[in-house]
Order: sequence, then C-alpha cells, then structure tokens
Amino acid sequence: MKNTIIRISTAGSVDDGKSTLIGRLLYDSKAIFADQYEALEELSRRRGQDGIDLAMLTDGLRAEREQGITIDVAYRYFATPKRKFILADTPGHIEYTRNMVTGSSTSNVSVILVDARHGVVEQTRRHFFIASLLGIPHIVFCINKMDLVDYAEEVFENIKSGLTKLSEEITKADLYFVPTSALLGDNIVNGSDKMPWYKGDTLMQILENIDISDDHSHVDARFPVQMVIRPQSAEHGDYRGYAGRVAGGSFKSGDLVTILPSGISTKIKSIDTFSMDVVEALAPMSITITLEDDIDVGRGSMIVKQDDKKPVVGQELEIVLCWLNSRELRVGGTYSIRHATNDARCIVQDIKHKIDIATFQQIEDNKQIGMNDIARVSIKTTKPLVYDKYSENRVTGSIILIDENTNETVGAGMIV
Amino acid sequence: MNTHSLQHLKELESESIYILREVVAQFERPAILFSGGKDSIVVSHLAKRAFYPARIPFPLVHIDTGHNFPETILFRDDFVNKMDVDLSVGSVQESIDSGRVTEEVGRNASRNVLQTVTLLDMIRENKFDCMVGGARRDEEKARAKERIFSHRDEFGQWDPKKQRPELWNIFNGRKNLGEHFRVFPISNWTELDVWNYIEQEKIEVPSIYFAHERDVFVRDGVLMAVTDFIKQLADEPVTRKKIRFRTVGDATCTGAIESLADTVARVIEEVAGLRTTERGTRADDKRSETAMEDRKRTGYF
Repeated sequence: MKNTIIRISTAGSVDDGKSTLIGRLLYDSKAIFADQYEALEELSRRRGQDGIDLAMLTDGLRAEREQGITIDVAYRYFATPKRKFILADTPGHIEYTRNMVTGSSTSNVSVILVDARHGVVEQTRRHFFIASLLGIPHIVFCINKMDLVDYAEEVFENIKSGLTKLSEEITKADLYFVPTSALLGDNIVNGSDKMPWYKGDTLMQILENIDISDDHSHVDARFPVQMVIRPQSAEHGDYRGYAGRVAGGSFKSGDLVTILPSGISTKIKSIDTFSMDVVEALAPMSITITLEDDIDVGRGSMIVKQDDKKPVVGQELEIVLCWLNSRELRVGGTYSIRHATNDARCIVQDIKHKIDIATFQQIEDNKQIGMNDIARVSIKTTKPLVYDKYSENRVTGSIILIDENTNETVGAGMIV
Repeated sequence: MNTHSLQHLKELESESIYILREVVAQFERPAILFSGGKDSIVVSHLAKRAFYPARIPFPLVHIDTGHNFPETILFRDDFVNKMDVDLSVGSVQESIDSGRVTEEVGRNASRNVLQTVTLLDMIRENKFDCMVGGARRDEEKARAKERIFSHRDEFGQWDPKKQRPELWNIFNGRKNLGEHFRVFPISNWTELDVWNYIEQEKIEVPSIYFAHERDVFVRDGVLMAVTDFIKQLADEPVTRKKIRFRTVGDATCTGAIESLADTVARVIEEVAGLRTTERGTRADDKRSETAMEDRKRTGYF
C-alpha cells in the first residue's frame, strides 16, 4: 500500500508558539473554514486582543479556553494534493509527558518546536528523547520565533549543531531543521524573504515530501489474529476465517505459515476482503486469512511466515516503560497487560533503573516510578506472548499495562 | 484529488475495520448508533466489510426524536432490509409521554438534548456495553479531543480530563458493570473522505443530501426547512430554494445550504470548495461556545 496518509505529532511547551504554528499551518494551507475564522475573530475581539489569536484554533475545551492551556491531545486534519495529514497536537508542559506519548505513539513524524531565543532547553531534550524512545522515524525541528532574534543565521546554525550532536546519543531518526516564525508565517507554508540564507524547504514542503514508505515494517511477516469469522449460514457453512491487520511484511495465498505460540505449520488458502481485490497483503491492511488445515487458531494467536525470522515466544520481557498514572508503579504488583491482540496478566519483577529524560542518564538509586517517569523494568506474564523488539516492529513490540482495580491504562511499554 | 484519495481511503478503511473487529472481540453487547445520516451509514457499511462473509454481529440502534425528515425514515427501513441487520428504535416521544423528559418550549425548542435520556434508557434496558458511533474528530472541537474507545461512567458521562491514554493501536475497553463505551471507528475521516468513500463504494444515502427544491426560511443566519415541527415567525418569510442538507439530524435544528449539487460527484466538488464547516448549519452546536462539550459530558452522542 502506498502511504498517502502521514501522521504528525507536535511537541513544544506552552510558550514556544506551538498552537500558533499549527494555526498557521492550517490557516495558510486553507484548512480553516470561514465560520471557524469568524468565531475566532469574535472571541479575540471579546477578549480585547489585536487581530486574530491563531492559538485559539486548537484550544477546544472550556477548561483550555478559560485557563489558556492545552490539556489533552487534539487531532487536526488537513490535506494538500500530495497528502492527507493527521496531526496530533500534544501539550509540551512537563506534567503532560503522558499526552505526548499518547499522541505520538503512531506518528511518522514528530515536529518539535524550539524557541530561537532560548535554544536547546531541558524541555527540548525531553521532547527529543521521547520522540526517539517512541521510534518516530522522522523528526523536524522548527527553530521558531526567528523574528525575535533578527532572523540571524548564526542563531539557527548553533541550535542545529547542538541538536545534531545530541542526536548521536539517542536516535537513528532522520532529522530536519527549519528556521520559522509561526506568528508571521515565515517558512511554515510559504517561504521567507527575511531569511535569504536559508535554502531548504518550508515545514509544509518537508511534511509533503518525507518518504514514509518504510515506516511500517515490511521485513518479517506478522499477523496478530483479532477474531475468528464463522458465518454459520447455509451459503458459507464451512467458512472459518482469521480476521486481523497485517503488522509486518506481506502475505499471499500459498504462503507457508506457522501459527504461534502453538508452532503448528500450514499454508494460506486465501486472503479475503469484501472486495476480493487483494493479491498480496501488506501492513497496515485489514484482511481475513483462511488456512488449508483446520487447526486451533484464535484471538491472540500470531500467524508468521515460515521463511521469515521468528518472533520471540516468551513470558519474561524487558521493557522500557512510560508511566502514565499518578499511582506509582508497584514492584511485585500485578497488572493486566495487552500486547497486539493478546490479553494476559503480569507481575512487575524488577525495576532495573529509571531514566532521566533530560540528561538521558540512568538513575540507579531512586526506583520510585510515578507519573511521567520512564524506567527499564522486567515483567513476567501469565502466558506466553509472541513479540518482537520495539525497534524492529512498533506493533508487535509494544504493550500497555492496565490497573486491574481502576481499569485505567497506566503504562506504555516498549520491548527491548 | 479522486485518484490519489483511493490510496488513503484504503488506509482509513483498514483502520476502521480493525477498530470494529476490536469492538466485537472486547464487548459482549455492542450496537451501532444509527441516525440515518451518511456517517452512520458508512460505519454500517464498514461493519459489513469487517465481518464479511458473516452478518453484522450486532444491531443498529436509532434514537428517534419524532422530528424526522420523512425521507430519512424511509431510507432507514430500506437500508436495514438490504443490509440484513437488526434495528432497535428508541423513541423520544415515548420518553416524553412517560414523563421521563419534558418537551422544551419557546422559539428554538428542540428535542436534541432530550435524546440523551432516551439513549441512556435504551442502553440500560438492552444492557448494551458499547455504542459504536459515526462521530468524526474533524467535526467539532470537543470531538477532536475524544479517544476512539471512549469510556462512559455508570451515568453515561464523559470526563474529558480523565480520558485513558490511547497508545498505538491497543484499545483498552475494560470497564465495571453498568459502565459502557462509545467507540468511533471513523474518528480520523473528514467530511470529504466520507463522500469520496461513498462515491468509491457506490453507497446509497438519503435523498435530502442532494440538491432539491424546498420551502425554507432564515433563522439566526441558518436556512431552515419548513416542517410540521418548527414554525416560522412573522418576520421569517418563506421562500422556495434549491437546497441540500450537509448533516442529517433532528429537523428542528438541522440547517440547509443553497446548492446545485445533485450527484455524489458534485457534492464532492462542492465540499472540497466549501468554506464553512459541516456543523456550521447545526443550531444545536450554536447554543453556546462549548455546546458539544457540555452535551457530551452528560452522555450525548
């Protein structure tokens, strides 16, 4: 499948001008409608502001408007003739790390704002680290508020080289740098005549042209079974299909496959969809697979190709865990765990170390894991899971932990 | 636009099918909230595709305000027949007759808010644990912040500040007895995506989505149809215009737009060029700055 949808997440702190940047992106790409614009004009006027406050476009909830903050992930949609964009706007304020993790877990691109006046601050390092941790393949740094530093090339170059150096420690993502003024529209959608020294693309041009065709894993074939389809009708009496979404590689009829965790081998009889037009199924297509042999396959099973590298089947996992809840992680505690289409329970065996996301250092002497903390932990599950490393596959390498008392999602884990 | 959109529609379709299958895997008694509008029609078609060649394994639920355009009800009954799916209807009129709710009075009286009571009664009586809806995040600013699997407490309330983080494509539908979920499989679709999909899959939608002549009047800047449920005032002269509806809701709060778009292809052209949002013609959203957020908190769609 050719990728024509690109998922973007944005990170920046309250004062970096992130909402203004998104407002500008929507406004200059004509994704803002007249009635929205009028509502904003009216609101800005009521508040006695000069002109339009583009930031208000993205601040939707009552609490946000009243307090002038962004409290949760908001999704925005716009399209150019080249692509459809899904933008997750995540707040960058310190206590909202959980929102950034939530908003960017499926992103192709992370757009990180840096205030040109302040350069690389702790917040920037934090956002950069989380984007790297989540394995976001492309990161764009907008060095924003260039208008407040006289559009100086030197300022831009200094920040750029600082970030490039930092990247060596933490990521293999490909990086882009753009000098911008979201407020005045420089290098967002349109170019800038204030910065003739910048020869690169505008933010929009970068987002339109980034090659994301390899962002889904196309290496080893993975098919987590969601459910079994049995029509129980006269017409399709014997039909037994395994419904799911391809999580990696490709499948076609005739492929020799293995069902995990049972290890039984068989052959794909057909790949079915409603329109019956699938020759070869790639990630992230939803399909139904039928098999030559009548064997035990159900939700939580994984179908893999015999010739591909096998995933791990095991009960002891090491994960990097982002903690998302105000109740601390309990060593020895039991949680419900979800992995791909599988459900199990697990015990947290050990906290290896905590990670300081601003310095990227391991913290050995403090093992209290609270909201927004990131730690390396080992867990043991009640039944075998079929998994890959997160760095190899974001679908089969990720898990969530659920508190069994409150049913809240309390942890996001990446298998190492 | 159309050639390239086939690719991205395929990806959106695939995501929605995945979500619908998670619904069946995670809940015992789900249902689709069916309004007769294009979004719930598309969701139903996606469900057909998700479980093919089996039947859609759950019913459609229609909350009927009694203030319908007759075309929508005719369409609904025909649709249920063709799709081979079960339908349950919750009647706002019955909720009024039994004293569960009191009809609004005044110039802009509407049964829009009353629907919530009928809906929650319906959920309780049928022990539904998941209502699948056709809401999209591009529609409205409160919806832009809602999860795909959205938790409702035992009172049916949505708490935007207590939303569970939703990561990767792992959905957490765990809940206590009496609570339920609202699930939105087409969260990531836009109005234009929906119309392109309708065109691509040759999906039928009610005739009121296409340009036709009708008696209308202007109220608060919105074109309203003359019906039995809403009476124009002396200073609201009736004229006959060529119009169509962009959304299908209760006749008392759904506004029309002047339009010549009488085919799906022309609607797509029109929508691509429109400069107002889809819900810009919905009087129910204009009641206050946060009308949708406030209604959602109490259990609205």
